[in-house]
Amino acid sequence: MSRPVIAVSPEGLAPVRGPIRARMSADDKILLAATALIVGALLIGIAAPLYALLAKGFQNADGQFVGLANYRTYFSTPALFYSIGNSLVVTFITTLIALPLAFLFAYGLTRTCMSFKSVFKGIALIPILMPSLLPAISLVYLFGNQGLAKGLLMGETIYGPIGIVLGELFYVFPHALTILLIALSTSDARLYEAAESLGASKTRIFFTVTLPGVRYGLISAFFVVFTLVITDFGVPKVIGGKYNVLATDVYKQVVGRHDFEMGAVVSMILLGPAVLAFFADRLAERRQSAALTARAVPYEAKPKRGRDALFFAFCALVGAAILTVLAVAAYASWIKLWPYNLTLTNYHYQFDLRDGGGWASYRNSLVMAAWTAAIGTTVVFVGAYLVEKCRAFRTARLALQFLAMMPMAVPGLVLGLAYVFFFNAPSNPLGGLYHTMAILVINTVVHFYTVAHLTAVTALKQLDAEFEAVSASLKVPVYKTFARVTVPVCAPAALDISMYLFVNAMTTVSAVVFLYAPHTALASVAVLNMDDAGELASAAAMGMMIVYTSAAVRILHFALTRGVLARTQAWRRR
Amino acid sequence: MGGWDFSMTALEENVREARTERAPYLSIRGLSKMFGEFAALSDVSLDVHEGDFVCFLGPSGCGKTTLLRAIAGLDIQTRGQIIQAGRDISALPPAERDFGIVFQSYALFPNLTVRKNVAYGLESRRAARAETARRVNELLDLVGLTEHADKYPSQISGGQQQRVALARALATSPGLLLLDEPLSALDAKVRVHLRREIKALQEKLGVTTIMVTHDQEEALTMADRIVVMNQGRIEQVGTPEDIYGRPATPFIADFVGSMNFLKGTVTPGGRVRVGAVEFAAGEGLRAGQPATVCVRPEDVTVRGIAAADANAFPVSVATIEFLGSFWRATLRSEGDGGFELLADFSTNLVRDLGVREGAQFLVAVPPERILVFNGKS
Repeated sequence: MSRPVIAVSPEGLAPVRGPIRARMSADDKILLAATALIVGALLIGIAAPLYALLAKGFQNADGQFVGLANYRTYFSTPALFYSIGNSLVVTFITTLIALPLAFLFAYGLTRTCMSFKSVFKGIALIPILMPSLLPAISLVYLFGNQGLAKGLLMGETIYGPIGIVLGELFYVFPHALTILLIALSTSDARLYEAAESLGASKTRIFFTVTLPGVRYGLISAFFVVFTLVITDFGVPKVIGGKYNVLATDVYKQVVGRHDFEMGAVVSMILLGPAVLAFFADRLAERRQSAALTARAVPYEAKPKRGRDALFFAFCALVGAAILTVLAVAAYASWIKLWPYNLTLTNYHYQFDLRDGGGWASYRNSLVMAAWTAAIGTTVVFVGAYLVEKCRAFRTARLALQFLAMMPMAVPGLVLGLAYVFFFNAPSNPLGGLYHTMAILVINTVVHFYTVAHLTAVTALKQLDAEFEAVSASLKVPVYKTFARVTVPVCAPAALDISMYLFVNAMTTVSAVVFLYAPHTALASVAVLNMDDAGELASAAAMGMMIVYTSAAVRILHFALTRGVLARTQAWRRR
Repeated sequence: MGGWDFSMTALEENVREARTERAPYLSIRGLSKMFGEFAALSDVSLDVHEGDFVCFLGPSGCGKTTLLRAIAGLDIQTRGQIIQAGRDISALPPAERDFGIVFQSYALFPNLTVRKNVAYGLESRRAARAETARRVNELLDLVGLTEHADKYPSQISGGQQQRVALARALATSPGLLLLDEPLSALDAKVRVHLRREIKALQEKLGVTTIMVTHDQEEALTMADRIVVMNQGRIEQVGTPEDIYGRPATPFIADFVGSMNFLKGTVTPGGRVRVGAVEFAAGEGLRAGQPATVCVRPEDVTVRGIAAADANAFPVSVATIEFLGSFWRATLRSEGDGGFELLADFSTNLVRDLGVREGAQFLVAVPPERILVFNGKS
């Protein structure tokens, strides 16, 4: 260079020293302690029990290592390994029916101008409020030996694959619908305008624009439905008859035969497809988010009489089916004896006259659901905050993130059994938790951790990334900004999470069925036990109690978000 | 948007030392920052004096934001030392350093009113409530937002939000104000307006300020000194006039303003031959060496030029483009090895001389306006 560079590096000044080790601030210490606490809790809540389960599959009844002996027994016993085929058959059939139904329903809600859209959506989401046992009970009333509509089966029995598929359809429909609704409502209107201006036909537009736009949503819905069905225990338990599937096998091995080692083996086999589906779904989701651009223009349907009428008819049919299932269970619970004596009675609600836990089990469920919502929301939200907003301790954060995603891949039955092995081990100092309400709460929080965690992460991602930096520069401790800004701004998401946890704690049966003690029996377990004892009407009544409660919580949640929050969140308005 | 009221007296109590040759307020030595194998900063050293307004300027990915975040302690450097007001802050967390910061997003707390945002850093200091309220009013007045004090951030304009962020950062009277692209989220007109106001406010308060920007106009109009960065290194530190008029490297010559780069050879007479034209330029050039002549488009003169004048040569207009307040012409030199040259002409010059495509005339470049870099650059 011909010109002197203006001095940049003053020579001979302070010597440059070795690598800098950043000093921890008071904030860092708090955050690190919180991260360590939650990582520790999740290690105990999910990783350690799963390890105990894995180990159990390689042991005999005396706890000695026997290698693959249990697995060899499993695969040489047709009565056992036939269930794999059975599970796959009902799962694939259910998935292949549920997806088109949910897709058409979602299409009607997002892409047509039919009337009563919000009514249809509300009806379609009703099954979320039920334990999966309940649609199965309704099907027994409709198509069972004394069923009203038995003739429709043309000689086939409802107790078996037909009943399982029908019951699962109701159970999974709202889940598939929710995913497809999101996929269909985020499509870009500009693509449709472009396709139309290029003269593409309606069919061509559907196959070249609509389907590709929702393909990741479809893939995701496929895996979610697949996992829900293959791991569900409630429907096949009630209506499966002699048709064995993996989920009922785990229960039979453990509760019926007390063969815990074989229970562990079946659990591991059940875990396989669930884990595979989990990773496939994560992969699809990553692609989905990459496919969306911020500049997309939302699509708005234009009225078209023929199409709108067709979709209205379809949605009305599906809605009627769901309402029928709900109404049959409700009606059967309030009359003397289906279908012979239709006198109204509250006889079946006198749970204390029956085995299965009585009204105490309902109260236990309320207590358990309340604790799950309270503790779960707190832990999940703090955990998501640490994952999303902490800059330091990369390794600890990655561990937390991994542990938070793990429960999604673990079916409830597997988790419940894993808890038995881990907490009931004589050497475990936490053994005192076994058979308490606490273990039910811990188990349920962990069981539903992932979805709650993802909801919290999504909410936190919408916050400015620099709040923490700003408050550090203003010398405001991190917990103060968390309390004054982060939590209030995320209050709606926190409410969503607590409602999600409450409703699921009310309806879940799969994990807790191994963990309750006589004094901690739960309503959902009571449904199962009363059905087992042949008290079908009482089982329906208890199932309806769960539905009433979940519905009340949903309405309360709606009122809260519309009422109280609207007032405290005045800043959201422009 | 009203003007800002600088009649406050309390804020004038802020330190406002003369910029003497004392120890620099902020001293950076041998700073490096690695992200894996990638060096975001390599061996950066810099002094900032008390009361200075310094701009870090460079293309995206040049390391300017990384350097700012290292100074704030938000992303601590891999190696190197930072000394602020005589204190080694190299390894300190942000909360133990002395700075206020305004981010590109402003990061205003959406659920707090303007007043509470500004008061946020004061409340934690356990100052008397009346004292805090007085200080907040003073700041709101200073940035002209008194009437919006009880609105939420979403209810005021982008420019107003920016001023809230500024007031919040200044509330605790930090020794150092850090601005990370504070204007780039705003409309062009608001931006120009706020540029002047931020600069005036900074001069009034005398607070040492570092601003990161990729906008050369912003840096040229606001900074006392500009630090031009490229690929994790500092290319030049200087006043805006230095950076624009005497860029130290071809990169800066190209990055700041427009520049013609004409490749040529040094003649025995110490001139640089480009095509048929010999440019008289600086001294100390070695004959026979390749050299690059740099000419800014606005330094090409047309009026009153004779063929015998220094650096005068005939050109024809290849294309001419209307850019609103001026015209930009692509000129082609006559003769062997003709080269192309961008030139900016005022509208009245274009009108007076009838400049249009195909027109031929003499142009000249004053020798003192020419920069020469050795080599082909």
